[in-house]
This record gives sequence, structure tokens and C-alpha cells, in this order.
Amino acid sequence: MRLNQTRLRMAIAMLLALALTLALAACGSSDDSSSGSTEATSTEGGDEGGGAIVSNPDNSKVTLTVGSKNFTEQIILGEIYAQALEAAGYKVKKDLNLGSETVALKNVKAGTISGYPEYVSTALTSFFGKEPEEVPADATEAYEEAKAEFEKENLTAFPPTPFASANAVGTTVATAEKYGLETVSDLEGVSEKLTLYGSPECRQRIDCLAGLEKLYGLKFKKFTPVDIGLRYTVLDKGQNNLSILFTTDPQLAAESDKYVILEDDKKVFPAGNVIWVTTPKVVEEAGPDYEKTIVQVQEGLNLEVVQELGARVELEKEPAARVAAEYLEAAGYTG
Amino acid sequence: MSGLLSQLPFASIDGAIEFIFEPQYSNVTGGNKVGGIDKVVELTINQLQVTVISLAIALAVALPFALYLGHKHKFETLAIAFGNAGRGIPELALIAFMAAAIGVGLLNVAIALAVLGIPPILTNTFVGIHQVDRAAVDAARGMGMTEFEILRKVEIPLAIPTLMGGIRGATIAIVATATIAPLAGYETLGDFIINENVYGENGVLAGAILVALLALALELALAGIQRLLTSPGLKPRPA
Repeated sequence: MRLNQTRLRMAIAMLLALALTLALAACGSSDDSSSGSTEATSTEGGDEGGGAIVSNPDNSKVTLTVGSKNFTEQIILGEIYAQALEAAGYKVKKDLNLGSETVALKNVKAGTISGYPEYVSTALTSFFGKEPEEVPADATEAYEEAKAEFEKENLTAFPPTPFASANAVGTTVATAEKYGLETVSDLEGVSEKLTLYGSPECRQRIDCLAGLEKLYGLKFKKFTPVDIGLRYTVLDKGQNNLSILFTTDPQLAAESDKYVILEDDKKVFPAGNVIWVTTPKVVEEAGPDYEKTIVQVQEGLNLEVVQELGARVELEKEPAARVAAEYLEAAGYTG
Repeated sequence: MSGLLSQLPFASIDGAIEFIFEPQYSNVTGGNKVGGIDKVVELTINQLQVTVISLAIALAVALPFALYLGHKHKFETLAIAFGNAGRGIPELALIAFMAAAIGVGLLNVAIALAVLGIPPILTNTFVGIHQVDRAAVDAARGMGMTEFEILRKVEIPLAIPTLMGGIRGATIAIVATATIAPLAGYETLGDFIINENVYGENGVLAGAILVALLALALELALAGIQRLLTSPGLKPRPA
């Protein structure tokens, strides 16, 4: 009996030690600033795409901290920017899990991060109080407007990515066929039978449930708040459900026979290209390669590429750092 | 409509108290005001409701098990190791996992939170009963008490301080963690804390203050119950 207890205790102690080691290892790898980029320096790949990023020894004196919000697409973008800046010779740190845009922006203002990728539509609605229908559909126009607003706050922004991301009302193909849904307006008279799932903040936001109610005049059977990570789970789980999805979601490309998004015919969900938000102070310290590298590395980021990179991280569970490194190499930016 | 950025509300106690009583302007709601006493009351009731339900589940699962094992003085290591291992389960992962299994909503959250409450109740109840003076138990047996009577009239009363300590710990853990419920389809005071975008920093602070007050109130209520349940012989005498 005593022997058994001792053994059991030892086994438990070893298990705990193992769990602790794994936990520490996991923390270590996510904090490590350069884990992904070392893999990107192999020789193949190369000469297609926007040309290799040139490392400038002058930049090694500058340390940049790349931030991002806390969901997959943002984390991948953060990795891509971080590794590109590293390839340009900067010392790069990462802080890729910053929560909401207000948290991220506060960190930029406080100088704890150098910059982070933001959707131009989010910047205009969330930071500058624009109604969703006031957001220009043209990316350059929206960018100019946001940049001017940022400048009043002593911030600046770099030009937008080719891809745009927007929220969208999504559902299963089966539900869409059952009720004949193609656009959000088609929900009229049907929405009372359907439950809408969205992130907790969706309920109040004018570019989400509040807008669907106000601008489309829709009433849903129920709105249920869920974590962003569950937006497809809730569709899989039940019938007669709608869920707030992102147009860049890899699931939409990979499983187009299963999920559809409804066209936002009254423009409640403004589309947003990604702009890099930073401060003039950082721009001055970091020199011309800062903006050049950011703009150069995002040239190839169209909707297809972003969906595919997202699919590898979200569906195939590859680490974002590796996916970003392999993208940079395949597109000829590094290696 | 420009320059809103510089007016981003920074948290202050005054601002948080205002948020609790009066609906406030928000940047992202297209003019709808957020917060206010009606919403606070609604969410507080929700938070209490899920706390009580999951505490009931935790008690129903852990108490009989721990009372039995403690009375029999069996599986000490197992009861304690199981209790401790249970504390290591990440709540968010559990909620996400159960979302796929049973869907989101009150049931999901209540079960996930009960998992959080079981370990302290299990461990403390077991230890409380297990450590009761064997001489007292033998005396009770000698007086002709049945095993159930021994548990009810001797062991439980003597174990009340330890046992209630476990229940109080479980309650605090559950009520505080119930703030993540809005991520699984059930609105609690956590809604103010999770959605800084909507409620602003004052809303986040208000949520945190309300949850802390609620936890304190529950703790005081349980301390009162404990006083009533503790046998006079066990009460601390003034030194």
C-alpha cells in the first residue's frame, strides 16, 4: 500500500513536471522574436513576385515592435510584417495578441508597439465615428480619409493591402436554399425564425446587429453572443442559424458547398483593406525602409492568398510563424 | 464627427459609477446608449443565476463522493490529486470544446463552471471528514450510532469549517469566472469587461467593480451561513 502510494505520487509529480515543461515551451516559442524567420533563408524559391527584400545594415540599430489584434488573420499579417521587417535588417519584437482595436491603438500611442495592421473601415467607424454607410467603397479614398484623421491624432498610416476584409452574415447552404436567401434583404420575413450568432460586441455595434436591425429593419428570433472562434461551430451545430463571418475566412473557399455568405446589399458591413497604423516618430527613427518594406511585402496579399494562409493556420493547425515564413519565401521576398 | 479618438474615455471610478447608473454614449453603436442601471440589474441577475446553478451541480457531484470517501478514509491521494488536476482545466478551452458537443448557452456555461467548483469542494470536504478525530468517531460508534448517523451528527459538524471553506472557494471561483460566459452564448456582467470597444474603459472598470462586489456579497453570505452551521463548541472564543 505504501509502495503503491509512493509510486502514484511519483507518477503524478512527473506528469505535472511534464505539463509544466510543455507550458513553458509553448510560452517560449510564442514570445521568441525570431523563431520563424530563420527557416526562411533557404536557397530555392526566389525570383518571381515583388523582388527580394534587401537587408540594410543601418537598420540593425532600430528595434521595431510589431503588434496585431487577437485573431488568426491579424496574427498571420503580424508575422508577415514582422518577418519582412526583420529581412530588411531591423531588430523585430512581436506582440501579436492585443485584443480589440482600442487596446492595439492605445499601445501604438503609448509607444509599446511600433505599429499594427488595422482595417481601414474599422478605423473610420470605430475611431472616427463614421457611420458604416459613410465609409468610401474605394480603398484609396478610404485610406486617404483615415490617414488624414490619424494625422490629427499625431498618428500615421501606410497605404492599403490589395485584399479587403469585411464582416458578413453567413449561413449553411442548406439554410440558404430552404429560405431562398442570397442577400441580407432576403431575410425580411424570415429572420424571425432564425438565430443570429456573433461576437459579444456585435449586439451593440452599428456595423453588426444594431445595423442589421436599424438599416435593414430585421428582427431576429434571438441573438446569441459567442467567441469569434466558434463562428462556424454554431453553424455546424444547429439548424436555422445565421452567424457573423469574415469574407477572408478560409472556410468559405475550402467548404463552399457547405457555407455561404449573404450579399450585404445595404452596406452595413463596410469592407476594409488593411493599413499599417504607426506614429510619425517611429517612421522618422526607422528610416525609409520601414514604409517601403511594409508596402512591398503586402503587394501579393489578395483575398485568395489571405484565405489560403488562413486555411493553413486555422484548418490545418500550422503555426502562423511558419506559414508566414514560407509565404515570404515562395513569393520571393526572402531566401 | 472627427477627433473622437482624443475623446476615447479613459477609465475613472467616477466614470465607472456613472456608467452603472446612467446609459452612456458609445463610439460604435450608431447613437444607441449603452450601460445603465437596467442593464446592470439584468446582467447581475444572469450572473447570479449561472453561479447558483453551477454551484448546485458542483455540490451534487462532489459532496456525496467526498463524504463517502472521507468517512471510509479511502483513496486519499486520488481524491486530492483528482481535485488538484481539476483545477488545471482551462475554462475557455472547456467551453469551446463543449460548444461543439452540446452547443452554447446557459447549460454549457453552467457545466463548465461546475467543473471549476468541483475540485475545492471535493478536496476540502474529503480532508475535513478524513481528519475528524477518530476517538470522537469511535465514541459515537460505541454509543450505538449507525454509520450514517456518525457522518451526519459527528463528522459533518466537526468538518464544517473546512467543508465550508471549500464551498466558499468554489463560489468565488465560479462567480468570478462567469465573466467569460458571453463568449458562450450567455450574457453576464462579463459583457462589460469583454467588449471594451462598445462600453469603453469605464464600462470595463464598472464590470470589474460589479463582479468584485458580487463576489464579496456572496462571500459574506456564505460566511454567515457557516456561522449558523458551526456547532457552538467549534466557534473561536475571544482570546
